[in-house]
Amino acid sequence: MAKSCAACTTARAVLRRPKTGEPYCRECFFAAFENEVHQTIVENRLFKRGDRVAIGASGGKDSTVLASIMKTLNDRHDYGLDLFLLSVDEGISGYRDDSLETVKANRDEYGIPLKIVSYAELYGWSMDQIVETVGRKNNCTFCGVFRRQALDRGAALLKADHIVTGHNADDIAETVLMNLLRGDTPRLQRCAAIATTADESVPRSKPFKYTYEKEIVMYAYFKKLLYFSTECIYSPNAYRGYARTFLKDLEAVRPRAILDIIHSGEAYEACTRCGYMASHTVCKACVLLEGLNKGQPKLSVGGASQRRQLAALEAPASPARATPAAGASAS
Amino acid sequence: MIVFYLISGGLELLFDNQKSLRIGLPLGTEQTSATMKELISFIVDAGILKERPELFKQNDTVRPGILVLINEADWELEGELDYVLKPNDEIVFISTLHGG
Repeated sequence: MAKSCAACTTARAVLRRPKTGEPYCRECFFAAFENEVHQTIVENRLFKRGDRVAIGASGGKDSTVLASIMKTLNDRHDYGLDLFLLSVDEGISGYRDDSLETVKANRDEYGIPLKIVSYAELYGWSMDQIVETVGRKNNCTFCGVFRRQALDRGAALLKADHIVTGHNADDIAETVLMNLLRGDTPRLQRCAAIATTADESVPRSKPFKYTYEKEIVMYAYFKKLLYFSTECIYSPNAYRGYARTFLKDLEAVRPRAILDIIHSGEAYEACTRCGYMASHTVCKACVLLEGLNKGQPKLSVGGASQRRQLAALEAPASPARATPAAGASAS
Repeated sequence: MIVFYLISGGLELLFDNQKSLRIGLPLGTEQTSATMKELISFIVDAGILKERPELFKQNDTVRPGILVLINEADWELEGELDYVLKPNDEIVFISTLHGG
């Protein structure tokens, strides 16, 4: 019962694409996968010619495929980028030393220079020592914070203009869920963005933002890309695991859910008045405050049509507490 | 007795660090065929899986997040649990649940 490819209609299909449910053959899948990442890069203007781009490389499937595809697309579409692999060695025995061997193999295979920075070198503490000191609970917090800075410091050493990471659609949807469950609204605003904003040290972006993890694994498998897949020995009970399990259960029911969650995260924006998170142009707190200040508190409790009336009335000045007029009635 | 070739990409830890296994699936005397559903149950029940079955099997199927390939094709295209196994089929399980 082998199916034919939906794209070329002739070859044997080997994959059902999660975004569309369509069966694809190997060659058409490669072409579609590569072209979609290219479209993401171009439409979001992630790079400019001459950029020195550091690829965050852990040896895992995402960064391995990212390194491979960045080289492929840079060559094919002449982006004109200088590519580097940038690895962080946390100092976890039996885990990071093995995965770094994979990154070195990737360096040799793709011909991309590699820079490794280690926690021991930057901070004087390896992750093994940190876990010995703080225990297994919460050690992921240390590791995550140190790794983020280590990537920035490594990128500075390389004089890189940009860092790309292998975060994929599943990772971003997980993060949206986690921040939603925690009620962490500032992070919820940032986590769905494809690139960091200008105030951070070295710009970062996620070319795989819309790419499903299943497709990254399948691409690596069919292309026979070498990657390291063992779980971090300190993290099996990290909180992210729960969001991940939930997301995988959702994906099994309806694969499109992953992209839909990302779009939900993107839909939140900052209130135009106070800058905090809102699902409308002006947040509810500012709407209520406006009603109070104008002596019309009930107006802001009303529906959308009343909010539109209020928006039409609103002055460009920032909200200030209204001074009661002399002799005004108490009601 | 039907023989299958099973590879665990990233799931080696559950299979005593073996990357590939040949599995003989015993059939009952009246049984003429077996499906993927039976293979998955057999892997757990027969002790081929060395530890933590909940990381591999959930209800009657593989845990979501584990990809399955049958003869190099996505099992979603081959009927998933209902795929009828044939001698020398190659089944690959790839986990995407690792992190860190």
